[in-house]
Amino acid sequence: MRKPNRSAIAAALLLLASSSAMAEVDLSGVWNVRLHEDLPERIPGPDMAEFHGVPINEANRARGLAWDPSILTLEEYQCRPHPSDYFTRFSPERIWKEIDSETQQTKGIHIRKEWQAAERTIWMDGRERPPAYAVHSWQGFSLGKWEGDVLAVETTHLKQSYVRRNGLARSDIATTREHYIRHGDYLTIVAVIHDPAYLTESFIRSSDYALDNKRNIAPYPCDPVVEIVGQPKGYVPHYMPGKHPSEFEYADRYNLSHEAALGGAQTAYPEFMEKALAAKKR
Amino acid sequence: MSMNRNTVSKAKVAALAVAAILGAASVAMAAQPARQNRNAPAAPAPQAPNFDAVQIKVLPIRDNIYMLVGQGGNITLQVGDDGVLIVDTQFAPLSDKILTEIRKISKAPIRFIINTHGHGDHTGGNGNLSKAGASVAGGNMLGPLAVAAQGQGGAAPAGAVATILAHENVLTRMQESIGGQPPAPADSLPNVTYIGDWKDMFFNNESIRLFYEPNAHTDGDSMVYFRRSDVLSVGDIYNTNNYPVIDKARAGSIQGVLKALNHMLEITIPKDRQEGGTLVIPGHGRLSDEADLAEYRDMVTIIHDRIKDMVDRGLTLEQVKAAKPTIDYDPRYGSGNGPGSTDRFIEIVYNDLKAAK
Repeated sequence: MRKPNRSAIAAALLLLASSSAMAEVDLSGVWNVRLHEDLPERIPGPDMAEFHGVPINEANRARGLAWDPSILTLEEYQCRPHPSDYFTRFSPERIWKEIDSETQQTKGIHIRKEWQAAERTIWMDGRERPPAYAVHSWQGFSLGKWEGDVLAVETTHLKQSYVRRNGLARSDIATTREHYIRHGDYLTIVAVIHDPAYLTESFIRSSDYALDNKRNIAPYPCDPVVEIVGQPKGYVPHYMPGKHPSEFEYADRYNLSHEAALGGAQTAYPEFMEKALAAKKR
Repeated sequence: MSMNRNTVSKAKVAALAVAAILGAASVAMAAQPARQNRNAPAAPAPQAPNFDAVQIKVLPIRDNIYMLVGQGGNITLQVGDDGVLIVDTQFAPLSDKILTEIRKISKAPIRFIINTHGHGDHTGGNGNLSKAGASVAGGNMLGPLAVAAQGQGGAAPAGAVATILAHENVLTRMQESIGGQPPAPADSLPNVTYIGDWKDMFFNNESIRLFYEPNAHTDGDSMVYFRRSDVLSVGDIYNTNNYPVIDKARAGSIQGVLKALNHMLEITIPKDRQEGGTLVIPGHGRLSDEADLAEYRDMVTIIHDRIKDMVDRGLTLEQVKAAKPTIDYDPRYGSGNGPGSTDRFIEIVYNDLKAAK
């Protein structure tokens, strides 16, 4: 029997390996966000006490109802960027790859947002995660891998932040899984947030982008200042329980039931719509 | 360096550690009015940690500063040509393991131990680690050549100990029997104390300031600020796991905790976007920065304000508890038992505010 040609096998294996590497979708470029999905919630932003559609627990509802937007005037809040699980909702972004010079493999994928100059790295080299007692960050620690043509990203080590920009919290023990899906010149990013402290089930949302390489990502300097003169030292704006000045303003304006406006997992499902409207009619 | 010459029997050390844990657990209980103490169910005795299973983990923070995590309070380590400086020492049975990790980083002698406060989970290893080091003494009292040899891995001179530095009130409290617990062993007591608002040091080419934070977690709290490294080690005034633990038997108070948290925020400066810059090593939990600290300060302030409003309206403690003033933070910081439990925190805040009326 004829011996197999070892060189040919090796060459075939090499080709296979290289084609596997080539199969990675390249996400590099400047992507401009498309805001049509959930537009009112994104621009101008959610109303006070507009919690529907988010699977919050009772604790998170209480946090939302205690949240006074004046807290954003505090110096410790003025320059905060959106966390990685929220920053897909706004602002154009640049994506570029970091290539390891020796192996020529993708070491990491960097994403820079225009708003608040948020920048994150999705490590592709399978490095070890930091220990639980390491410092957390707005963007967290992300590891990515390709699942077919989809970039799957798992993030830990997030700072406490928000799941919606009206006081609904996302804790620092939350983790996220994201999927980056490219369709030609369009990019869809799906983020799944797991938060055992404040969500009763996973919260999922998607955001869309269009390639726009002519666009520049501008710098975004930020310098906190005293915005309100005379605030006492240590003052933290918040509403006392039961004293929210506009708890049902949103619900009443849009003729929704109060139960719907106050959110919870049930309000995220289509069948809730009939119940909410029926309740209102009564 | 061997610790054998200084190591007390394992059984004795374990007994002391359990006593320290029981002491910490009894902290809040001891402060309650006598009537409440008689009627309250006994707090479950904490189980003695299995120190054999504890691993000491080292987190490099910045330049020559490290955080050591094991069982008990976080340890801050600063190393350099002048020697080794340790902030807090966890439990005595862990001293060998702690010293092993320190020696992987530096062979220089331990010169200073600073205690952020007097609780056993932060001071239990004082005696062992102090005896494993040596302070530089004047008058050739301990032999400068022997001290120098220690820096080369030689044995410490007989009788040499590292300086144990803390606020004066720590020394006082550690000598007291509180909540039925015995005083701390003599070799773990601070041998240098300070009074006043702060104490300055310069060690390993770095300015270090100890800030006294009165009546916060205890009445002897110090925060240790490493100015060049921009690292603030704050002891149990701030932790990332629980509501503040306030030791009423040692004159801690909610007002002191809030004042100290706001003081921390004055010291910390973020690098950019409220991230990085000054790093904060908490008494327990994960490494933090200003944004983490701000979230914690906000939480404590909001709960304080709610309970104050209820006290001002004349609500009883039972009514305050029924109103659930911590409901929105319980999934993250609440717990059912122990000194940092939700009920205990509410009780202490309520009683402090009532007393302040």
